[in-house]
Amino acid sequence: MSHEHSADLTEHLGHHDHAHDHDEHEESFVSKYIFSMDHKMISRQFLITAIVMAVIAMTMSIIFRMQLAWPGEKFAFINAVLGDKWGKDGILDPNMYLALVTIHGTIMVFFVLTGGLSGTFANLLIPYQVGARDMASGFLNMLSYWFFFLSSVIMLGSLFIEDGPASGGWTIYPPLSALPEAMPGSKLGMTLWLISMTLFVVSSLLGGINYIVTIINLRTKGMKMTRMPLTMWAMLITAILGVLSFPVLVSCVVLLICDRSLGTSFYLSDIYIGGRPLDNVGGSPILFEHLFWFLGHPEVYIVLLPALGITSEIISTNSRKPIFGYRAMIGSMLAIGFLSFIVWGHHMFLTGMNPFLGSVFVFTTLLIAIPSAVKAFNYITTLWKGNIQYTPAMLFSIGLVSSFVTGGVTGIILADSTLDINVHDTYFVVAHFHIVMGLSAIFGMFAGVYHWFPKMFLRMMNKKLGYLHFWVTFICAYGVFFPMHFLGLAGVPRRYYTNSAFPMFDNLVDINEIVTVFAIIAALGQVIFIFNFFYSIFRGEKSPQNPWNSNTLEWTTPMANIHGNWPGPLPVVHRWAYDYSKPGSPNDFIPQTVPLVEGEQDGGGGH
Amino acid sequence: MKLLILIGLVLLIIAVHQLMRVVELSRQFKKGNEWSVKDSDNSFNGKAMLLFGFAFIAFFFWQANRWNDNLLPAASSLHGVKVDTLWDYNMYIIVTVFVLTNAVLFYFAYKYRGTKETKATFLAHDNRLEMIWTIVPAVVLAFIIIFGLKYWNEITDRSNDPNKITIELYAKQFDWTARYAGFDKTLGSTDYRQIDGGNVVGMDTLDPAGNDDIIVKNEFHIPVNKEIEFKMRSRDVIHSAYMPHFRAQMNCVPGMVTEFKFTPSKTTAEMRKDPYVIQLMKGINEVREKRGEEPVEFDYILLCNKICGASHYNMQMTIIVESEKDYKDWLLTQPRFKKRVVSK
Ligand code: HEM
Ligand SMILES: [Cu+2]
Ligand SMILES: [Cu+2]
Repeated sequence: MSHEHSADLTEHLGHHDHAHDHDEHEESFVSKYIFSMDHKMISRQFLITAIVMAVIAMTMSIIFRMQLAWPGEKFAFINAVLGDKWGKDGILDPNMYLALVTIHGTIMVFFVLTGGLSGTFANLLIPYQVGARDMASGFLNMLSYWFFFLSSVIMLGSLFIEDGPASGGWTIYPPLSALPEAMPGSKLGMTLWLISMTLFVVSSLLGGINYIVTIINLRTKGMKMTRMPLTMWAMLITAILGVLSFPVLVSCVVLLICDRSLGTSFYLSDIYIGGRPLDNVGGSPILFEHLFWFLGHPEVYIVLLPALGITSEIISTNSRKPIFGYRAMIGSMLAIGFLSFIVWGHHMFLTGMNPFLGSVFVFTTLLIAIPSAVKAFNYITTLWKGNIQYTPAMLFSIGLVSSFVTGGVTGIILADSTLDINVHDTYFVVAHFHIVMGLSAIFGMFAGVYHWFPKMFLRMMNKKLGYLHFWVTFICAYGVFFPMHFLGLAGVPRRYYTNSAFPMFDNLVDINEIVTVFAIIAALGQVIFIFNFFYSIFRGEKSPQNPWNSNTLEWTTPMANIHGNWPGPLPVVHRWAYDYSKPGSPNDFIPQTVPLVEGEQDGGGGH
Repeated sequence: MKLLILIGLVLLIIAVHQLMRVVELSRQFKKGNEWSVKDSDNSFNGKAMLLFGFAFIAFFFWQANRWNDNLLPAASSLHGVKVDTLWDYNMYIIVTVFVLTNAVLFYFAYKYRGTKETKATFLAHDNRLEMIWTIVPAVVLAFIIIFGLKYWNEITDRSNDPNKITIELYAKQFDWTARYAGFDKTLGSTDYRQIDGGNVVGMDTLDPAGNDDIIVKNEFHIPVNKEIEFKMRSRDVIHSAYMPHFRAQMNCVPGMVTEFKFTPSKTTAEMRKDPYVIQLMKGINEVREKRGEEPVEFDYILLCNKICGASHYNMQMTIIVESEKDYKDWLLTQPRFKKRVVSK
């Protein structure tokens, strides 16, 4: 690709000024847009990949929701998407149902809300907000994206193979996932799932190490840890959780691969399947569950914390007030991070685990509710006596606070082993985790996109479409997931292909229909976002340097994606990030680069 | 069909194009930026937040009211009553928190919607407030934990009731088998290598204790007011024995024997006369009638609640709770393992 051409594209993306002439000369199209080592480009790559993945996972959810609402009905749509093998006559095949649920869950949790959310915003914001020229290692960062990309391609590729993709649920418990005789999805599909996830973990670790090192070592002058925006704290704690827990997933996966291919018996014992007894003895599927959830639980906070960090920043900025209880926010994130490593057993109360051990996990799990409550109340207090500016990002942030509370309280039920007996693995759980983790993190992600779009693409997204998108999404989101609680209370197990195979759930058809109708509207509502996003990249209004009157460092960089972020020397930080509406100041915001005046106290003290 | 999709796509493209035109045209007529937030935007969204808050809480109560008749009936086991009580108390707490917190959130979102004139109050922290909302949740949680664990200990207590009945629930893709000890009151030992068509649960044929064991499919019976101890096993993958009406669930893990015990407190016949259950079945039969299906009567059920393969959704077995006498009579009519092997 010639230099002219790349300049052309640069023009397209909206860099007009030529202040950024260093380095740029040697760049080819490939090094700028594909194998880029620049944190801003890598962040955009993550975001766009995640959007593609999210659309796919969402479409899957529509397909299986249609089956649940109208079982046995023939849909040309299903046949058109899945073909005759898996959607014969427009009816979803039961194996494909499980496959779609599995890949939907996997994509949403790992590819959209781990890779996509952290990958996008950690990459975009860390160098900007700590005042660094780029990530500690641009090369590792680039590798991180390309591992992510490769793993996405393999995961999607597994959709097209003969026996279909992995279908044992996103938790892939063996022996179901270990034995090809158990289900078609445990053949090649499972192998691809395992390879894809291993690459994913590599990507995550490369990214995570980079994030940690950058935050610890590359903070600019004056950027003390206690002056960092909460987004940075969130990214730091998230990265630490990832680095400590993902390797355990790899061990877990490697042992499963051995059981699948090398005839070992880590997870297998006393099994008779496919008309013959297997030789494996001495292993235990419970070992897998322990290893899996040792990652799995921290994983939900890996998903959630960046979203909480993002909204802390957005809520403060748009309330025009300091975030309430900055130190308590950091403290609660640290507490959540620590506790998240000692609660995994709450997924296993009913595995035959020693009941006393269960009690310990009940205790540790319920402890997490305390820092979580502190965070929720602090958000609400931040709104109190604020001067709330309703950008689309702010709407989504408030949506997050609501879903975090609404989904969080049912966690208290599930953490109580006695109560978990009857709702474990039912739709009550599906409702709980979608609201607390799915909605909160997706809302956080949307909030982040609307808020930092100008930094990523130098243009503004359309506000009115943003409003429309928010209201459709918010209303439908509760319409989809709230009724699911009641399915759970009626005893409907999750991962059921239909609720009509026996009479017990026949009276619940209307709930299933309501859920599906809301899901379809919600999905159509996302078209508004997709349109707004891609349209604004090319045709949105030009963004000024600091559109939201924000204090953090990223808004002191010029509106051009230049290498090194700041054309001159790095900025020097003099204060925390939350001096909004500070008494005695003429503006309602004081950027971090503004020195303290005589007698003024930093960190929200008086002056 | 293909044509329809094509036409749909074309229409979509045209629609998008028009939308873009509208957006761009409207931009030309406006002074200033489209994206900057005006007081009118704040006002609109603030009010919408308040409205949403009301609607959301109303939606919650509407659902709770409308689907109240569709949920599981009150527990049919002794410990289940405790589970339900604990459930109710926890529910009171979380519903209160849920309603209040959301109400305050959406009220603030409305009340403090911004204008050009107002200035926010600079409030960075307040130790007293923060103490309150650390300590109050901590105290509430302490209660939740204490009561939860008290019941958990009682439910999982392994002390032996000498009169208990032991039943094995055996899971495989995709059905259940129940096994009762025979006259010797001992379940025979098992060996998975001996599984075959006539020996579905893998009885060890060398163990005489198993000769009089009773093995049943499709339906199993238990006596009311007797402690039943279930031993769960699985042949192939993990399943989970879920008996929602009794508030009972335990995974069935290959290579392991897991346990759960409960005392059923209402017979199937009693349940069929229970007003709530009558109401519930009416709802079910109305839907069935519309679909042209036969009406059904209430039955307890054992479901599989751990993903186990294609027919996971239909892996179930009927449970009949009856008087001890009926139970014994029923048991006597069931074939014993030894006979079955001999007759093979
Ligand atoms: C478009 C909106 C969505 C809809 C309609 C939807 C619907 C569903 C439903 C109905 C199930 C359960 C199916 C079953 O158990 O039979 C499910 C599973 C799941 N979903 Fe979603 N979902 C949506 C978005 C999300 C998001 C944003 C996340 C991110 C956390 C997510 C994560 C999961 C996970 C982890 C599972 C479990 C998969 C499994 O059982 O292995 N979903 N989804
Ligand atoms: Cu967990
Ligand atoms: Cu099963």
